[in-house]
Amino acid sequence: MDFQVVILAGGFSSYLVPLVSKEVPKALLPVANRPVLSYVLDLLESSNLKDLIVVVEGEDAALKVGGWISSACVDRLHVEVAAVAENVGTAGALRAIAHHLTAKDILIVSGDIVSDIPPGAVAATHRRHDAAVTVMLCAQPVSGPSESGGSGGKDKTKKPACDDIIGLDSLKQFLLYIAKGTEIKKDTRVKKSILCAAGKMEIRSDLMDSHIYAFKRAVLQEVLDQKPAFRSLKQDVLPYLVRTQLRSDVFSDQSNVEENGNGNGKNNMQNNEVVLSQILSNASMPSFHQVYESGLGTRKTHKCCVYIADESKYFVRLNSIQAFMDVNRDVIGESNHLSGYSFSAHHNIVHPSAELGSKTTVGPHCMLGEGSQVGDKCSVKRSVIGRHCRIGSNVKIVNSVVMDHATIGDGCSIQGSVICSNAQLQERVTLRDCQVEAGYVVCAGSEHKGETFARK
Amino acid sequence: MGAQKKVAAASRVREDSEDLSRQRLQAIVLADSFTTQFRPITLERPKVLLPLVNIPMIDYTLAWLESAGIEEIFVFCCAHSSQVIDYLEKSEWYSRPNPNLLVRTIVSPKSTSVGDALRYIYEQQTETSQIQGDFVLVSGDTVSNMPLADLIQEHRDRKKKDEKAIMTMVIKKQSRLGLGSDKIFMAVDPLTKQLLHYEEDIARIGDLCLDKSLLDSTVLVCNDMQDCYIDICSSEVLSLFEDNFDYQHLRRHFVNGLLVDDIMGYKIFTHEIQSSFYAARIDNLRSYDMVSKNIIQRWTYPYVPDINFSGNRALKLGRRGIYRASDAVQSRSADIGASTVIGYGTKIGNGGKIFNSVIGNGCCIGSNVVIQGSYIWNNVTIEDGCEIRNAIVCDGVKIRAGAVLQPGVVLSFNVVVGRDFVVPAYSKVSLLQQPTTEDSDEEMEYAGSSSGTADLLSGVNNLQLESKASELGPDGTGYIWKVCDNAHDEEWKHSVVPIPMDKLADITRAMDDDDIEDESVVPPSGELKSDTDSINTDANDDYGYFEREVEETFLMAIIKDDVDHVIRLINSRRFAYNMASADCAGAVFYSMMRLAVNTPHNSASELYRNATTIITKWKGVLGFYLKQTDEQIEVIMKFEEMCEESAELGPLFAQIVHFLYEKDVVQEDAILRWGEEKAGADESDKVYLKQCEALIQWLKEASEEEEEEDS
Repeated sequence: MDFQVVILAGGFSSYLVPLVSKEVPKALLPVANRPVLSYVLDLLESSNLKDLIVVVEGEDAALKVGGWISSACVDRLHVEVAAVAENVGTAGALRAIAHHLTAKDILIVSGDIVSDIPPGAVAATHRRHDAAVTVMLCAQPVSGPSESGGSGGKDKTKKPACDDIIGLDSLKQFLLYIAKGTEIKKDTRVKKSILCAAGKMEIRSDLMDSHIYAFKRAVLQEVLDQKPAFRSLKQDVLPYLVRTQLRSDVFSDQSNVEENGNGNGKNNMQNNEVVLSQILSNASMPSFHQVYESGLGTRKTHKCCVYIADESKYFVRLNSIQAFMDVNRDVIGESNHLSGYSFSAHHNIVHPSAELGSKTTVGPHCMLGEGSQVGDKCSVKRSVIGRHCRIGSNVKIVNSVVMDHATIGDGCSIQGSVICSNAQLQERVTLRDCQVEAGYVVCAGSEHKGETFARK
Repeated sequence: MGAQKKVAAASRVREDSEDLSRQRLQAIVLADSFTTQFRPITLERPKVLLPLVNIPMIDYTLAWLESAGIEEIFVFCCAHSSQVIDYLEKSEWYSRPNPNLLVRTIVSPKSTSVGDALRYIYEQQTETSQIQGDFVLVSGDTVSNMPLADLIQEHRDRKKKDEKAIMTMVIKKQSRLGLGSDKIFMAVDPLTKQLLHYEEDIARIGDLCLDKSLLDSTVLVCNDMQDCYIDICSSEVLSLFEDNFDYQHLRRHFVNGLLVDDIMGYKIFTHEIQSSFYAARIDNLRSYDMVSKNIIQRWTYPYVPDINFSGNRALKLGRRGIYRASDAVQSRSADIGASTVIGYGTKIGNGGKIFNSVIGNGCCIGSNVVIQGSYIWNNVTIEDGCEIRNAIVCDGVKIRAGAVLQPGVVLSFNVVVGRDFVVPAYSKVSLLQQPTTEDSDEEMEYAGSSSGTADLLSGVNNLQLESKASELGPDGTGYIWKVCDNAHDEEWKHSVVPIPMDKLADITRAMDDDDIEDESVVPPSGELKSDTDSINTDANDDYGYFEREVEETFLMAIIKDDVDHVIRLINSRRFAYNMASADCAGAVFYSMMRLAVNTPHNSASELYRNATTIITKWKGVLGFYLKQTDEQIEVIMKFEEMCEESAELGPLFAQIVHFLYEKDVVQEDAILRWGEEKAGADESDKVYLKQCEALIQWLKEASEEEEEEDS
């Protein structure tokens, strides 16, 4: 498949402080003890997409990510890591790496996705319709989206939590309208010309843009060149393409254009009447783009397609602390097929090298990493514990994530919290809904609720 | 009154408690469309009696309602009510009474809109309580074969569950882009089929605005649906019309009123009929053409010409969709093409060519006549060699030999077209003179077509007396109606002529242009510019054109080296654009400075020299327009603008203003007042004021000195 994949892995997302740090860029945040990026890579590999470019914001972060990739999967995949300046936005990042792009079509995937939706299906849809852009949509989580707005979680200007409003044609193949719910003040404005051409439009708010896009390379580069002000794929490039789909300024392909141009020139005169009457007789053919295009003769159109993922598929973007907790819980819990591990009969994974003290229980939906030690009379429920952690006795860990090399003293109680790597909890610490930064030391006997521990 | 209401209320309660299915199925047929689309024909005959493939429209409606199981039909008559009643009394609907069907008439000659009609029915209601519950509201020009019983049941069930569901609208997928009726944008809830937004498309460009509150759930926006104007209404509809006495139009006011103003939370639902059924309303000539064709193509079965469904005489269906009356006489050499209907007692001469047309009863068509895509009604005489394309020809018309009807012509009753006369395209011809007392479009829309008819009819006699008034050739009679200016563009949309190619191209281009404009003008927020803005830009544009023309004129005129000549030319421009003298001065000065800048120069001083030479030479022209201080200030401001645009001129501002002062082009007063005006401006605006500070200071001192000297 002549597809190049660009993974926008971001840099240090402010939404994820204190989980991310100079040491741990967002792409390397552990989900069930392996970096979130590995889920994306696995997903792509499963669709046989092996030619990847990972775009990371910031040189340091790029080095870290590159280091991990070379150690983890250099033998299986052909991965390049490209560093771009920070805060250039997704469109800016693509502009920066434009010279690396050579394939006919580009698949752009956000690096923080944990999902089992095959990206190959998006690519196939894209090819089948010969679309300029294909967007993958998935069902909006019922509990209210944890959508952070900007793609890659970098655009801080946008308020989090807003629905996508999406207009589809009657066959749910084409994207006719896209807007952010928060940007719509009083009323939605839908272009009548597109509506006239398509006949019907279904406007839905129960779908969510999943930040997996397939672009025609030529189209993408044309737009990025023509519109230097565009910063974000989702907020600028995509709406622009959707809006202009019936009067395209971007040419899909040079050769294609010539071919079409010749064809049109010849046929136009003869076909004009036929096609006009076609428009009259049936304005809502599935390929309304072509009908429209040939009706106008001089204008070109491009198609914006969608691939709607099945509702049963799992999809989460790791772009907030809440999402981080959810993903960890789901990957070792309900959606454990994503983790790639084989679970024991107790629905948990305890690494053989882990040591458990007497009367310690590790419940279902738990994970205990390599070389970790847990003292006596502990209870671990629905939690992920990393590698080489040292956990004392009488410790309760519920609904939490403990990263590698953390130390937890005797008598601690941890609920709904994240303990980053190398952090230390002294004796009898009680945490509830807290985040502890990497390397931080929480004093003995303290009790906290909903706090963030960081050195700054 | 109160007692009657109580009775009505009581009866309603009784109905509710009783089995609903025992309610009589009732329908209201509006035998007046309250529009003027069919004028001039409707001045003489009500629209519902116009023949549609040789059968009056209302028969299609009544036959359909009868077969759909409606038990009681109220025909609401308004304009030409006597004609409608006469027709019904003579028709089978009265003479062959069906025990299961009651046809009654309601007459209200004063009603001028659907709203009035329903209010009238409501008022009658309180006395007679004719309408018992849910009813079907249709127009008398509806052609359909859809079943209604299930639909009514669906409506009732919904109403039982949800008190507020008071109306069900029938919609149908549009099989083709009928430009005749305005396209409709509808937003429907795909699950409940509730109507959320209804917009008759006036311009097919721009944006459709949907209220944000609609977007909580999935919304289906349709542009490919057709409103059949068949509504199942509950009794609340009548009282709503009574309460909102300004509601006139069923869709524009009532439906939109309910959707937008959210009156008492009433809801309207839609019902999409299956594509195997037919439903359409004839509201203009184009839909007349379309529905006629559909009838001939048998979409409306069983309401087709070869079946007797309303006392009509069935025609015989031949091959290629040719329907022919058994007694029609046709020369062997005449060529009858596909999809043609020929009525009883019609004679067709030699060598004619007739296709895609409907010819009524008792017509007499001569030799070598070409009829294409036209509707010839009854008792029409067409003499030899005529050519008729895409026209409607009413009863009793005579078309003399060799006459030509160009596409889109409508000939009303008894018109005579003179020998060899060519009736221009899209003209409407009637024996009646066009009513001249049309106040406005709105008035037109609702004016009862009966209002002026009496006067007009008396005019007919006059006309026949003094036949010299004919506009249709020496031996013809009839007036060609003038088309209102604004309606002219629309004429092609609503006529029976297929839409011309260039118009289609225009539409698509308009949509296209709209796109382009959209792209550049609409800010990302999607907020459109306010109207005032666009007006301003228009005015600016005008001035821009004017400025450019003046510049051109000026450049041309200076070759002649004659101040008076330049003034004359510029004045002609000035009057053409209706500009004030200050504008002229501004434009002239602009041209002069442009000339100076465009003259080759190497340094600022050279530019200054250029400018001074030009000003010296043409100060007469400037002076002509600069008689008032205000105008002089205008020029200084204009100059300021120019300097802002041109980096070269900027530094010379003070010098040139001073020069203008020296040459008496601008007076000291003007400069001082300009300075005062500018004193309050923003800092950024004051650049040139600062440049001129010295000059102004000097002027002030000079004037003070003068004053001192004076005193």
